[in-house]
Amino acid sequence: MTVSYENSKVIFQGIKAAGITSLSALPETWLGLLLQQAEKDPAVTMVQVAKEEEAIGIAAGAYFAGERHVLLMQNHGFLAAINGIVSLAQLYGIPLCMLIALRGHWGEPYPWHTRGGIVTEGVLRALGIPFEYARDPAAVGRQIREAYTFSQSALAPVALLLTRDLMEEAV
Amino acid sequence: MKRAECIGMLYPELEDKLVVTIMGACAQELYDLGHKENFFYLQHAMGLASSVGLGLAMHLPGERIVVLDGDGSVLMNLGTLATMARYRPGNLVHIIFDNGSLLSTGGFDSHTTSGITDLAAIAKGAGLEHVSAVDSVMDFGEAVIEAFKADHLSVIVAKVTAVGPNHYGMDLSLPENAFRFKRLISERKKRSGGAAS
Repeated sequence: MTVSYENSKVIFQGIKAAGITSLSALPETWLGLLLQQAEKDPAVTMVQVAKEEEAIGIAAGAYFAGERHVLLMQNHGFLAAINGIVSLAQLYGIPLCMLIALRGHWGEPYPWHTRGGIVTEGVLRALGIPFEYARDPAAVGRQIREAYTFSQSALAPVALLLTRDLMEEAV
Repeated sequence: MKRAECIGMLYPELEDKLVVTIMGACAQELYDLGHKENFFYLQHAMGLASSVGLGLAMHLPGERIVVLDGDGSVLMNLGTLATMARYRPGNLVHIIFDNGSLLSTGGFDSHTTSGITDLAAIAKGAGLEHVSAVDSVMDFGEAVIEAFKADHLSVIVAKVTAVGPNHYGMDLSLPENAFRFKRLISERKKRSGGAAS
């Protein structure tokens, strides 16, 4: 399996079409092609973090600054960022639009991804974070736009889970 | 020197800047001097005050951002120093009050006690070029004046004694602080015709 170049492009176009001008990320395989496009785009400020929890702080700073920001991370990075999500974003009413690569789910060949994949949905539910699965390239642009809109009106973190159907293609 | 003395000296200089503090004693000492709308107190999420400051600095090049951090918080998010070094916004001043103690949570020694861990050396090793380490109020004042004049990212590690206020509490709910801080920034942007962004 290989990461879908076409769908990575579609997702980045969806981010742009949602009016996003700023993005924080920790690169991972599924997000690689997408982040390469973000890096090349002069209209997008990209902040690469050393650990995903940092991105919660960066996103809060971008929000205060009035910038339209999304966060890109792997689900294991989401798990590593939980205290920031709870004790900064949720505590202070700061929106986060998180696009999360859902590794370790249906079709996962790598054992090391599986535990994180199995618990992701349950953790999102426990935290009261609204989420949707993105599977269809024709729908993902709208889903990104709606996720962003909802995060801003709810003043809360929301998550769009980027699935294998969307991110990978058979070689 | 005491952190409260440093914050007292800093206070008049903060008027035109955006300030992010960590939780506990640091936030309380600033608040007790008189809350301003340009102060954001991160009362939890230890380690992320520096990340909030970096996010502000990168998106508001026309503003000057001051982070009031502590050794315990920085130790929880050492990666932030490397991220700051990578993007090094010139409008960010990162002040780390190193009291060698997790004072607000019972006074346990932090890893910096007795000079075991040198935060200034870590900041330099992370790639930050303008790092000063000070242990007197006079030197702190000079370092701050220099940092506010400069157009590069500055880190000031200030060794302070492990003492804090004898009371905690603010007449400011946390989301209210965030809402008002955001509104102030957007009003400043409007006033400057967007020049601050």
